[in-house]
Amino acid sequence: MDTQQELQVQQKREVESKQEATIPARVFVPATDIFETDEALTVSLEMPGVDKDKVDVKVENDVLKIEGWIDFSRYEGLQPVYTEYNIGNFARSFQLSSKIDQDRISAELRDGVMTLVLPKSERAKPRKIAVS
Amino acid sequence: MISGFRDPFEALFAMQKALESRFASDWMGGRTAGMGSYPPINVFQRGDGFVAVIELPGIDKNDIEIEAKENTIRISGRKSINYDQAASVHRRERLLGVFDRTLSVPIQIDPDAIKAEYRDGMLALFIPPAESAKPRTIKITS
Repeated sequence: MDTQQELQVQQKREVESKQEATIPARVFVPATDIFETDEALTVSLEMPGVDKDKVDVKVENDVLKIEGWIDFSRYEGLQPVYTEYNIGNFARSFQLSSKIDQDRISAELRDGVMTLVLPKSERAKPRKIAVS
Repeated sequence: MISGFRDPFEALFAMQKALESRFASDWMGGRTAGMGSYPPINVFQRGDGFVAVIELPGIDKNDIEIEAKENTIRISGRKSINYDQAASVHRRERLLGVFDRTLSVPIQIDPDAIKAEYRDGMLALFIPPAESAKPRTIKITS
């Protein structure tokens, strides 16, 4: 993989929610990579400023919902003088297919990146059929 | 000052508005090389000093290099993501590559006194004012 290319600034995308929040604070969509192997689906979400105690991952009606709250206390007493990006909490949901074993989903948060491993159910794994 | 809100979401909203109002302010005096380049930077005042907060998610802290000289601070490094070659891609939104950015701050700083902290994908640079920039009282003799 070529890592020599220069990094570009990625504009943060806001969540377009069906319901409106009572307080119009901005919520952002984390930049996400999704990869599939024979065994599992791996979802990596970038949520800078989110501590592992401040995330919520849940599966409801086959929808995987990830929410992360930034540690706002770090900004206490700080007065902005020059800014290039906004801060906010993160939220994103994905529709899961029936191939996923929902009870075995695991999550890890490291350096602001949350990695979820969604194992496929035994039924959905590719199998070889022996010819007798 | 953003404080005294009972509701943390209200405090966050107030900060979001404050950040927006300072977007591309002329605090840097147009001297910031490569504004709009990676990584994006927010600068805050805290007491006499300044705090620069930079979003760098998913980077090993050993891959970030920070140099300070006179009133410039240079942040460079690389962001790499190890993809499993056998995997098929459904979505790829995260960007990777190298970055190199130099900040010229319009204040006198003490390069040796800058402290850096990397936590949860956020780099914070604590920039105290230079001793020589602090006001001092001059005594009148005779």
